[in-house]
Amino acid sequence: MSPSTSNPTVVLHASGYDLPDDQRRLVRWTIYIGYFALAAGVAHGFAQGLSYAKIDILRFFPALRSYYQGLTAHGVANALFFTFAFSNAFLPLMTARALSRPMIKGFLQATLWTLVAANVMVIWSVTTNRASVLFTAYAPLQAHWAYYLGLVLLVVSTWIASAHLYVLLARWRRDNRGERIPLLAFISVLTYVMWDIASIGIAVSFVGFLLPWSLGILERTDPLLNRTLFWFTGHAIVYAWLLPAYISWYALVPRQTNGKLVSDPLTRVVFIMFLLLSIPTGFHHQYTDPGIATSFKAFHALLTFGVFYPSLATAFSVVAALEIGGRRNGGGGLLGWIRKLRWDDPSLTAQVLAMITFVFGGITGLINASYFVNQIVHNTAWIPGHFHMTVGSAVALTLMGVAYWAIPYLTQRKLWGRKLAVAQSWVYTVGVLIMARGLISGGLDGMPRRIFRAEANYGAESWELAGALTGIGGTLMTVGAVMFFLVIVMTIFFGKKGEGPKDIPFAETLIPASREGWDVKLDRIGLWTVAAVVLVLIAYAPFFLTYLPARLVSPGYTFF
Amino acid sequence: MRVHQYEKAFLWLGAIMLVVFMVALVITSVAASMHLPGRAGEVDPLTINSVEPFDNPGVREVAPGRYEVVLLASAWVFNPAEIRVPAGSEVTFLAAATDVIHGLHITGTRVNMMLIPGQISRNTYRFEEPGEHILVCHEYCGAGHHLMSGKVIVE
Repeated sequence: MSPSTSNPTVVLHASGYDLPDDQRRLVRWTIYIGYFALAAGVAHGFAQGLSYAKIDILRFFPALRSYYQGLTAHGVANALFFTFAFSNAFLPLMTARALSRPMIKGFLQATLWTLVAANVMVIWSVTTNRASVLFTAYAPLQAHWAYYLGLVLLVVSTWIASAHLYVLLARWRRDNRGERIPLLAFISVLTYVMWDIASIGIAVSFVGFLLPWSLGILERTDPLLNRTLFWFTGHAIVYAWLLPAYISWYALVPRQTNGKLVSDPLTRVVFIMFLLLSIPTGFHHQYTDPGIATSFKAFHALLTFGVFYPSLATAFSVVAALEIGGRRNGGGGLLGWIRKLRWDDPSLTAQVLAMITFVFGGITGLINASYFVNQIVHNTAWIPGHFHMTVGSAVALTLMGVAYWAIPYLTQRKLWGRKLAVAQSWVYTVGVLIMARGLISGGLDGMPRRIFRAEANYGAESWELAGALTGIGGTLMTVGAVMFFLVIVMTIFFGKKGEGPKDIPFAETLIPASREGWDVKLDRIGLWTVAAVVLVLIAYAPFFLTYLPARLVSPGYTFF
Repeated sequence: MRVHQYEKAFLWLGAIMLVVFMVALVITSVAASMHLPGRAGEVDPLTINSVEPFDNPGVREVAPGRYEVVLLASAWVFNPAEIRVPAGSEVTFLAAATDVIHGLHITGTRVNMMLIPGQISRNTYRFEEPGEHILVCHEYCGAGHHLMSGKVIVE
């Protein structure tokens, strides 16, 4: 059963699961949209990193009117389109593979075309400077309606992909009564169950307020309510980005390094905890907001510490799985197994480095959550320092690592430039750590985020070094990303035909699922969903009940 | 459910660590009386210029050693843009936005608030040391966002 050592990402023996060509094409194009978005976002990120070092290259960007237009593109492309296009392709593929069933072509088509429509509207409105409101879209800065509608369609595409997962699972359950749900399918489905509940906030805000407001049907809107609805979705959204990476770390990475997933039941518990705790934590993004009682903020702080817990459990599990692999590969001693992790495999290297940066991402996140301590860092450069070590590397690097087997798998071509691909993730990781060091130290000294620093009329001495490090790190990240795209494009066009992996590299478990005892109850997705909704109500109903009706006080402003 | 003993130990350690962090937060919050902004009233952003106390922005001494700063944020200026207070004074900020969302951060302090149209933001801070701080608008508010700043001078 040991995979080829010369080319570990390639699983040579097919398992009997065969992805039909028409489905392969649809999944491939959905995932391509994600990596296109990453490329577009990275180009802007380069300019933004340099702006912190007071180097302005924005004039070389055609059709860009302002720094903030580019920042909108960066956020929307990298945080929304990249992540969700990937999930829309990855989660159905994982579910189908785990259940050993074909996907449903109609769902794949509907997901893809909704995503395309969303892209067209958002790209048009952002490139024509009609929507320079950043990806958070805080009212009363008002974007063109096409921007709001495009983002609504993006969410609709995730709902279609979710429906696809639920139908696949329901059909499998109908045919396999009394069986435990295969782990990979369980965690994939749970990821989008969580997201579906979470996305209600942004859906209500956009469809109920911002879209009619931008069309002139609603004259004024309520900035605090829109912001609160955004953050209802906005913290859970980071788990919607992160959990697909966790799926890879738990269920695929062990196989790639010859290890085993440690515990089936504990993995399910971790994902159930994310379903329960991801959403009722949104107020920790609004600690410094007026109009929200401090008692509500304190309760969300408590739950935010709670949602840190499944990530702690994950840290143990994924490292233990790596250790098992390293030892089976001949690594001895206390740390000798680390050297034997198949560092020649670009897919594995990228993901292990992603895990390492995530340690710092997690620690800084806990500091953000720490109630009044948040006042030191809120909206300073510390925050992008933090989230470039979470979504900007733990997620982005993992998704690059996944591409190193998924693109060959989906194109049936051999990965081009393997050594370049290995070097790529090191360059990116060094870059992100330097950049984060700059942003974090600048942030602690009050350097703000979301600012065109190259032209700002104020500053402090300590921001100079912080800004320079941000620029240097950002440049290295860009180099790492360009190397990634080179490998991927060359693979797509020039990779050796017919030498792609035949199967998806998913792992065996050390402690398997049990057929009796309370373990079985873990599979009751409906029950956990109800529990999650109840917890959301407990966390949010007191605010809405004491706040509503909406204060429709603000007309739209287009200061961009 | 079978859980490996190392994993069990790790999970317990993690849980204890989080509880210790939370207790530390509660204790310091109470002991040093550091608070977050909460509900501090509402005001219509379109008529705010004629509503007390926002019809008269500025710095006022309300009691010996205690000051009140009434501050308005509009694209892309703070009013007042310069705040002077003596060292050792306790300053209560009452701030609001007149158009879009702005932010208010005084560097080197924990005065850090969102200013959201329709809401009044309030927080209190004691400036111990003389020196100069930057008053930063730290939420994106349009094309001139990076030009929106001011000064707090502690004398």
